[in-house]
Amino acid sequence: MATKMTPQQRMTDIADKTQGSQAWNSIFRPGSIFRKGYSDSPRNRSYVIMNSLLYHLHPVKVKRHAVKVSYTLCLGGLSFFLFILLTITGIFLMFFYRPTEAQAWSDIRNLQTGVAFGMLVRNMHRWGAHLMVLTVFLHMARVFYHGAYKAPREFNWVIGVILLTLTLLLSFTGYLLPWDQLALWAVTVGTNMIGYTPVFGRQTRFVLLGSIEIGTNTLLRWYVLHVLLFPFVIVIFMAIHFWRVRKDGGISGPL
Amino acid sequence: MADIPEHLLKRAEEAKAKAAAKKAAAAGGAPVGEPVAATPNADAEAAASFAEAEASGKIPAHLLARSSAAKAAKAGAGGGAGEEPAAGGGVALLERPGAGAATPSPAGLAQTGGPALVGPAGHTQRLLTVVKAGSIQDVKSTPIDKVSTWPHLLVGEFVASLLCTAFLLVFSTFVRAPLLAQANYNRTPNPSKAPWYFLGLQELLTMFHPMVAGVTIPGMGIFILILAPYTDRNPSNKPEDRKFAIGLFTIFMMFWAVLVVIGSFFRGPGFNFVMPWNKGIFFDF
Repeated sequence: MATKMTPQQRMTDIADKTQGSQAWNSIFRPGSIFRKGYSDSPRNRSYVIMNSLLYHLHPVKVKRHAVKVSYTLCLGGLSFFLFILLTITGIFLMFFYRPTEAQAWSDIRNLQTGVAFGMLVRNMHRWGAHLMVLTVFLHMARVFYHGAYKAPREFNWVIGVILLTLTLLLSFTGYLLPWDQLALWAVTVGTNMIGYTPVFGRQTRFVLLGSIEIGTNTLLRWYVLHVLLFPFVIVIFMAIHFWRVRKDGGISGPL
Repeated sequence: MADIPEHLLKRAEEAKAKAAAKKAAAAGGAPVGEPVAATPNADAEAAASFAEAEASGKIPAHLLARSSAAKAAKAGAGGGAGEEPAAGGGVALLERPGAGAATPSPAGLAQTGGPALVGPAGHTQRLLTVVKAGSIQDVKSTPIDKVSTWPHLLVGEFVASLLCTAFLLVFSTFVRAPLLAQANYNRTPNPSKAPWYFLGLQELLTMFHPMVAGVTIPGMGIFILILAPYTDRNPSNKPEDRKFAIGLFTIFMMFWAVLVVIGSFFRGPGFNFVMPWNKGIFFDF
């Protein structure tokens, strides 16, 4: 008792007391690697998955071949991860952006020059978006080449095609928001094509643009579509997609 | 044996005697036993209600017959239940004649049910259904080789997400996202290009009517993709078994990739074909 503890002993003592405390143990459920006395046992390995909201998307055990990076190339997971990154960076951007003709472009310029990390976050959002389109495409190709769309996974492939379409729509609606020459004319080219849809093409274009030509109405509409509607819809479809992966018997293969 | 209370033993003894008496009576008098003995009465009742229904002509005869049978059975069971407090322990003994006085443990005594619950041939249990093992559990003959998600899969995912973040962070530090001059309706850039993933479609615009290039072909493309699992009837997922599907899909992907590359790098002012090494690249991400 009277012996003085070395700083190192004191540190371990504090760590032990913290990890053994009621508050700590109320936060980290049994099996958490942050709990005191975590040991690598089959039981704890199961607990890590079962007692975590995020991880329990996974089954407790997966097929051995599914863990190999060479099988999935992580493409589906990376697409999802990029979506999360884009959500985080996107929320940051929303603090500095007003979707009107008069303010949009100068808001972006001010973000780049006057906001700490503004330029970096905007770059990450843009490059991340392009990367996500790419990974989603490659994920689709990987799934096709492995024949993973075959029974019983037919419907999950359909959901996947819907997710691909939604990804493109998310990217395309975001393309207009900086309100520079690139945005305006790329969207002009794109929406002109929509106008050629048979029967109701012009009406569709009018609803999308909120006007005959691209303007403030378009900016507001695409902003809402980009930050609210499409993310909302894509999250629902992603949930179904992930759920179906497990319900259809886990990841496909081995070849 | 010693822990069975005196009064229970006494009751069991009484019940045993009673059951033996009843057995003797059944063997001598009525050939079938108590429940059936109750039937004449029930039969008369049933006949009465039967005639009633017949008169009103509403209830089908077979249903009436069934209900009267049920009624009779119930009357029999009621008779049995009436004796139950006294006969409770006795029944257990009756069913297991060889068990002796030691058997009626508290659980045995708790068993209820008069003679009416004893089925044909003295069975006290009924077969409701037979559940085959396979219909509840799909027992697999070959075990699947599995590993724990933690740590094997989660570590991989964690590393992949870290690498992805690191790549994006470094790339974004050094490469700027484009921000051209503010949008101006009066200055159409030459060329005007769609986002890169739509440049394949824009490329098709040079060859087809806008409706075909912008709506029909991409619409068909998505439709064909959706139909892929329903048209491909080949059950194998081995590459060597599905050369046709793989070839077709590769052509499909290459078709779009080539169009996107041409649209991105080989189209200059007026969307005319240019060589990027001569005229430069007219393309922004």
